[in-house]
Amino acid sequence: MADQIFEYAPAPESRSVVSIDPSYELFIDGAFTPASGDERITTLNPADEEPLAEVAVATSADVDRAVAAARRAFDEVWGPMPGAERGKYLFRIARIIQERSRELAVLESLDNGKPIKETRDVDLPLAAAHFFYYAGWADKLPHAGLGPDPRPLGVAAQVIPWNFPLLMLAWKIAPALATGNTVVLKPAETTPLTALAFARICQEAELPPGVVNILTGAGATGRALVAHPGTDKVAFTGSTEVGREIARAVAGTGRRLTLELGGKGANIVFDDAAIDQAVEGIVTGIFFNQGHVCCAGSRLLVQESIADELLERLKARVERLRLGDPLDKNTDIGAINSAAQLARIRDLARAGAEEQAVGWSPACELPERGYWFPPTVFTGVSQAHRIAREEIFGPVLSVLTFRTPDEAIAKANNTPYGLSAGVWTEKGSRMLWAANRLRAGVIWSNTFNKFDPASPFGGYKESGYGREGGRHGLEAYVNA
Amino acid sequence: MPRLRKTTERAPAAPGRLAVRKTYKLYVNGAFPRSESGRSYPVTSADGRHLANAALASRKDARDAVVAARKAFGGWSGRTAYNRGQILYRVAEMLEGRAAQFADELLAAEGGTRAKAEELVAAAIDRWVYYAGWTDKIVQVVGNANPVSGPYFNQSTPEPTGVVAVFAPQDAPLLGLVSVIAPVIAAGSTAVVVTSERAPLPAVTLAEVLATSDLPGGVVNILTGRVPELAPHLAAHADVNALDLTGTGDLARELEETAAATLKRVLRPREDEDWTADPGLSRITPFLETKTVWHPVGV
Repeated sequence: MADQIFEYAPAPESRSVVSIDPSYELFIDGAFTPASGDERITTLNPADEEPLAEVAVATSADVDRAVAAARRAFDEVWGPMPGAERGKYLFRIARIIQERSRELAVLESLDNGKPIKETRDVDLPLAAAHFFYYAGWADKLPHAGLGPDPRPLGVAAQVIPWNFPLLMLAWKIAPALATGNTVVLKPAETTPLTALAFARICQEAELPPGVVNILTGAGATGRALVAHPGTDKVAFTGSTEVGREIARAVAGTGRRLTLELGGKGANIVFDDAAIDQAVEGIVTGIFFNQGHVCCAGSRLLVQESIADELLERLKARVERLRLGDPLDKNTDIGAINSAAQLARIRDLARAGAEEQAVGWSPACELPERGYWFPPTVFTGVSQAHRIAREEIFGPVLSVLTFRTPDEAIAKANNTPYGLSAGVWTEKGSRMLWAANRLRAGVIWSNTFNKFDPASPFGGYKESGYGREGGRHGLEAYVNA
Repeated sequence: MPRLRKTTERAPAAPGRLAVRKTYKLYVNGAFPRSESGRSYPVTSADGRHLANAALASRKDARDAVVAARKAFGGWSGRTAYNRGQILYRVAEMLEGRAAQFADELLAAEGGTRAKAEELVAAAIDRWVYYAGWTDKIVQVVGNANPVSGPYFNQSTPEPTGVVAVFAPQDAPLLGLVSVIAPVIAAGSTAVVVTSERAPLPAVTLAEVLATSDLPGGVVNILTGRVPELAPHLAAHADVNALDLTGTGDLARELEETAAATLKRVLRPREDEDWTADPGLSRITPFLETKTVWHPVGV
């Protein structure tokens, strides 16, 4: 059979559609300005470890400058501006993102390592749609159910992760600006380039200076930003560990906080599920974006009676996944974002094997250079195993089984996290029953990893608090 | 079942009759245990008279209360909103029957005029009725369908967050108390309440009302005692989902820091809270989670 299938020919997207500067400064008050310190970060292409560019590292003095610029813009321009005018700036930005989406998709794939298929079909369309969605809210805030006259908070400090760099930027900036706040945003250390491209989009849109400020840097920059007393709001997406640290820093200051943190999502497959659809959903749930997804379906809970059949089909499907060059349009699984993340995935996969879970990966050749990890399925996993409890944030699926629906729910909820869950069944009443009982912010039934600007996203329990997206996403940025 | 004391019990004693002094207990899991520590403390009136002894709750009592609240959460949150409303309204009916006793207690605790005390009792009962009416409207007002760009049913609904540790205001022992408890349970969460330390008697009487109402045991647990002793433990407890820090005063910052370790939802104290003002949803939404459910649409 296999010899009757044609090999895929390479189908590379052109790298030349994007030009990357050798070096970038900080974007403060509408202009690129040098950092006050000398430290620089080199951002790599994780698929081949080649340097892409150098970026500045913002110091606390730079954070001061950016916050002051944002405050000035809030007081003098953006706060007083009528909502309809603010909205038009956001519409402009949305349109520019659409127009430049091919270039931005390539840039994102280069900097992040994720397949062009995903940046092209998911990250970019969703980022543009997010700005379109919130643009329309800017002059309709009294209708949002948040009181008759919702007021902006002021300056928002925003720190975003590396897994969906431009999309997370959109999730942060679009609602903040629509509601009349100004922002200082720090992109992740390993994926700063699309945020810097976005800074230029702000210039192209003639967004008033200081409304959006972009500070590149690492942990120290992020800490200085979220602790800055001149900010009124902190919004963070990232690990639960850092989330706790930020919640502590913000405690007692009266500043508002929203956190989108880690997850260990359960994907429950009942015995009456449409198995081929469930298999697709399981694959999407854990291998989409190399598993670098906080809401990934990283725990598969499958009803015992169908476990063997389902696993067989799942493995057959995973064997067909194509791992390799992120810029190849046929690639399903790209590179792991960084050496540090690869080390963490390896560590947890090793822990899985040491705890007697059975690991399986398809025969799959990894490129010689770059950071790569094959799609991996662990069976024989118990709830006590580290790979069933800790967020791996990589293409590693832990498979557990259950006998009764109650057991499925109990196992699914047996985690400090509560971000996402999946339910696969053809029976509507069972789907709704399970959705009611799962303690998670997003329930995907007979689908997985779907996102939309109109759909609120965020977690229960230690997956954080607050929602992004939809009408609910406005609440994080206004005083009702 | 605990027995109801008659409201006439606080009427002036007949001349020469020796009064029956009272040492009250905690209200945990629908029962009235003494503090496991065996401690109690004297409660005095605004002008310094001894009124009664109240149980001085310990951290172990707080832990027991959290266990009770967690156990009650599944059943309480799983009831229909209509049923929760019915139960809360029935509590309001019983509060009304105790109005004179509450007024006595407020007058003793706060001083002032009887008319003012009666006004506060009326406001407290009305506040309870207000929240009884919210139970089956919250989901409609706070939730909505989402028009996503694709063939999906997509709906966001609010759900109760779980176990909430409620620190009732120190200076509003009845109106403030019901104003912080009722919104938590109306939406389906369960509560561990730490009362006003100085004026706990209205809370003790509320516990007696709740115990004889249809409210399931464990939905509201009432601890009399000291915030500095109980609050750090509750703020760190991994099975508490949220904190209402209203009555914690200067400790609020430290407690919020402690709560960060388990990422609890925190309602911060507000300055100069006006307990007579319309609270709207301001005390309901902080203890809600939003759940968004997707399902494909197709034949």
